[in-house]
Amino acid sequence: MSSMKTTDSIARERAARYPATAGAVSPVDLHEGVRNPGMPLELDWIREIRVNRSAVERRAATLGTRRSVKKEWQAAWLLKAITLIDLTTLAGDDTPGRVRRLCAKARQPVRRDLLQALGMGDESVRAGAVCVYHAMVPTAVEALAGSDIPVAAVSTGFPHGLNPLPQRIAEIEASVAAGAKEIDIVVTRGHVLTGNWQALYDEVRAFRDACGEAHIKTILATGELAMLRNVHKASLVCMMAGADFVKTSTGKESVNATLPVGLTMARAVRAYAERTGYAIGFKPAGGIRTAKDALTWLILMKEELGTGWMQPNLFRFGVSSLLADIERQLEHHVTGRYSAPHRHPLA
Amino acid sequence: MSKVAEVFETLEYGPAPESAQFANEWLDKHGRAFGHFIGGNWTDPAVGVSFETANPATAEPIAKICQGTVEHVEAAVAAARVAQPGWWDLGSHARARYLYAIARKIQKHARLLAVLESMDNGKPIRESRDLDIPLVARHFYHHAGWAQLMEDELPDYEPLGVVGQIIPWNFPLLMLSWKIAPALATGNTLVLKPAEFTSLTALLFAELCQEVGLPDGVVNIVTGDGETGAALVDHPDIDKIAFTGSTDVGRIIREATAGSGKRISLELGGKSPFVIFEDADLDSVVEGVVDAIWFNQGQVCCAGSRILVQEGLAEALERKLRARMETLRMGDPLDKTVDMGAIVAPVQLERIESLVEQGRSEGAEVWQPSWSAPREGWFYPPTLCTNVAPSGTLAQIEVFGPVVVMMTFRTPSEAVALANDSRYGLAASIWSENINLALDVAPKIKAGTVWVNCTNLFDAASGFGGYRESGYGREGGEEGLLDYVRLAWEHGAPLAQEPTANAHQEQAPSDGTPAIDRTAKLYIGGKQSRPDGNYSLPVYAADGSSMGDVGRGNRKDVRNAVEAARKAQAGWAARSAHNRAQILYYFAENLEARRDELTGRLAALSGDAEGASTEFDTTIDRIFTYAAWADKWEGRVHNTPFRNVTLAMKEPIGVMGAVCPQAHPLLGFVSCVAPLIAVGNAVVAVPSGVGPLLATDLYQILDTSDVPGGVVNIVTGLRSEIVPTLASHDDVDGIWHFGGAEDARRTESASTGNMKRTWVSYGRARDWFDHEQGQGQEFLREATQVKNIWVPYGE
Repeated sequence: MSSMKTTDSIARERAARYPATAGAVSPVDLHEGVRNPGMPLELDWIREIRVNRSAVERRAATLGTRRSVKKEWQAAWLLKAITLIDLTTLAGDDTPGRVRRLCAKARQPVRRDLLQALGMGDESVRAGAVCVYHAMVPTAVEALAGSDIPVAAVSTGFPHGLNPLPQRIAEIEASVAAGAKEIDIVVTRGHVLTGNWQALYDEVRAFRDACGEAHIKTILATGELAMLRNVHKASLVCMMAGADFVKTSTGKESVNATLPVGLTMARAVRAYAERTGYAIGFKPAGGIRTAKDALTWLILMKEELGTGWMQPNLFRFGVSSLLADIERQLEHHVTGRYSAPHRHPLA
Repeated sequence: MSKVAEVFETLEYGPAPESAQFANEWLDKHGRAFGHFIGGNWTDPAVGVSFETANPATAEPIAKICQGTVEHVEAAVAAARVAQPGWWDLGSHARARYLYAIARKIQKHARLLAVLESMDNGKPIRESRDLDIPLVARHFYHHAGWAQLMEDELPDYEPLGVVGQIIPWNFPLLMLSWKIAPALATGNTLVLKPAEFTSLTALLFAELCQEVGLPDGVVNIVTGDGETGAALVDHPDIDKIAFTGSTDVGRIIREATAGSGKRISLELGGKSPFVIFEDADLDSVVEGVVDAIWFNQGQVCCAGSRILVQEGLAEALERKLRARMETLRMGDPLDKTVDMGAIVAPVQLERIESLVEQGRSEGAEVWQPSWSAPREGWFYPPTLCTNVAPSGTLAQIEVFGPVVVMMTFRTPSEAVALANDSRYGLAASIWSENINLALDVAPKIKAGTVWVNCTNLFDAASGFGGYRESGYGREGGEEGLLDYVRLAWEHGAPLAQEPTANAHQEQAPSDGTPAIDRTAKLYIGGKQSRPDGNYSLPVYAADGSSMGDVGRGNRKDVRNAVEAARKAQAGWAARSAHNRAQILYYFAENLEARRDELTGRLAALSGDAEGASTEFDTTIDRIFTYAAWADKWEGRVHNTPFRNVTLAMKEPIGVMGAVCPQAHPLLGFVSCVAPLIAVGNAVVAVPSGVGPLLATDLYQILDTSDVPGGVVNIVTGLRSEIVPTLASHDDVDGIWHFGGAEDARRTESASTGNMKRTWVSYGRARDWFDHEQGQGQEFLREATQVKNIWVPYGE
């Protein structure tokens, strides 16, 4: 019984043929490694979007029950999850000291002895990015110097996004100038709620231009968009306007990253990839706290978009406390004993 | 490179096996050999013939099961018969406690049941763990409630007695619960035969019944194959057979039980349409297809095996489906990451393979994902067939495997026509974001269950069952519960004395001017028509004098009447209930105006003037009753545990035959026809052969009362010449026959061609003047079928 093969070996062959699209996306020629240039706003496409909430919820509810990763597979997936984390601090009481500590954790997120026991090299596992307010960008850039870990700055009047437009653009330019390689912008929710897609498109386009070489992640604040249909439409408009990533939440809304929202956005990403050939990243943020949550999100990505979307260039977790739980699970895998928080260095 | 480092790169899934240890321990504890559970005791598995049950994923035997003989069935039925009065006498609350205890037991042993089910059946552990077993527990909880409520809420009813139940192998324990829970709740005892491929969970269930202290003989399990089932069906002391399985076997059961007085409920095959309109959420549709046809390897009677997609969407859907099929995972059913397990048995696998090959030879394009199914065990990959015409084998025949055909339509009405182009009518799924469209189409599809923007959702509170050759009866909900009870008065109702026609006596010729001769014709499609054969039959009064002639209808007249009824039925059903009520009231009004003439007729026929007057009064009263009911015989909204409304709609059955009682020619006719038309059926009525003129007198009144042509058709003649044609007509959806025991047998037997619903009296007397026996909800239930429409909501 236990020797029975499942269909993974075939999936692997497929993955080799279609690197970014192991199955889930219809085979398309993706522009590998080429940044999304955006496209003109296509309102007809936006208008035809339909999302059935109940059906999406049913699919989301079984993602984590149809798949499971255990033992070595679980350890490997959790290590991968760490490399996808935008280690984040976005609090009013952030200080340079706090940010430096976070950066140190980003460089060495897992105890060396655990990595060795898992057969992983020292350099292989580090956080995807460190995400801070603009004021903390210089500190983070300095603390991460030489590590290749990018600094991401939340911007454009985060979290509400209602500052004057020139001010929001200036904020992006200042963060880029200070060394941020990724800019997490917030969209004007009102444009979505009033169906003013042109305004949303223009706004994101302007932000993208301001970012220059820095990558732009567009935060939709999905908890304030009321309907999954709006989430799908807003995701598409942001991608048309040149987004590199679409991101669920600021972490400050009362409802943050939920699986139905994630599924909706992943499907929007897939639709854009199938139509244009450009692979856009996805970042759920807020509310993801346990290793099990992280695995479910990775299953979502693998099922809906394929293994290509489980890499840092196309997927990030916006989280602050997830890492602590993953560390404990990894130690349990190594020792067979349940772990305790104080056995792992604080961020 | 460590395994962790390797997977860190590949990000593949690994094995996630559910342990079979506890299930194996349970099997070992029993020496991997099982007897029957009869009267609270286990028979010795070493005695008699036994057969192997195998694990479909490995093809290896896992236990020995006994082949039930006629003697075993005899013993089990006897045990159930002995136990039944005590079980009923326990009362509502005590039975509720037992059912509640069973539900709790199932939850406490949920994982063991799930693992055992997957080992025996081959279904993925995710399904047995997350769907089958929780639904089993839910079914017993729900029916614990019905047990509790029965005394108060169904005071006029009593149990049928001993029920024989035969279940299929696709959802072994779930089908067991659908059968056993309502039977026990209503005070019946039972003998259940599981499918020979999958007996194990039924046997474990029997152990759980012992553990909760269920009285001996209340539940009996006899294992075996079709021969064992046949012995159960044929047993004379069985009051009802409940069967889930193929239409072919259902037909055999109908034939075998014809005229026996056994109730039967049949949940049979399907070829359910999965209708996708251009405004559907296509990504959700794809997951819907996965749940519709690749759930349980497609071995689901209500599987959405016919995709009907609006033409402009077909290409995009096919592309998305293929991509999705690549990511399905097939393998060890006990692996928690597997979507599809094994096919239950080699015979089923061969059937699937040969049907797909036949489809291919007819020109179907057969597509399967690039990965290959496991070689050991009995596996068949998910399969999408395009370029299939409605006439193709794969579009017509139930495959009962992971094979779906895709066809296109242009308009909603074409979608409905294609959806209904099937002998079956079990379920349908409709996908559209337009509620106007979805709720317009749902009632038009002939199916017992319609899922809007979802599929394969089940719950104990909602009745499940079919239209057409998918069977009759419901399981779940109040509609299902009522299939296990009867009105108390029926118990021991005497046999009817069938009246015979008056004989001719020579009369002295009268002098003076004779009356103008009147010719009573048949009434078909709103027109008086001469009988096709152009023969007549005489009708005599009680004193032997001639009352006139009626047409001697033949099979062609029946054919014409059914065609007229078919034409009229949809339009009649589409009218508002208020309008049908108005027409019935108007009918009573116009009838009243001809009181003197009709009471005179009745009196001449019976020689009883007072009785004639009473019959006329009761007739008017009866028409008022059904005019009153027309807009009150309404559906319910079931409380299913999802965010949705489950609309239980009472729909007319369609074209109905009504063979009216011989006695009380006016009241009997109206007692049959009025309830049928009140709820929207069209009727072909065969009036009393004793007093057919009472019926033919009515056609002018029907005309005057705005009853549309074809809604009521009257065919007079010799019953032996017309009823067989009516009962066997494949476009008649149901038939009532109030007659003798032999009539019942013939009509039930003749119904098997299209598995039409029957309601016959087996020669038992019914007091047509009595309100409880002669009218009311029983008639309305037999005139309608419940369709459950599931409408999830939320934006």
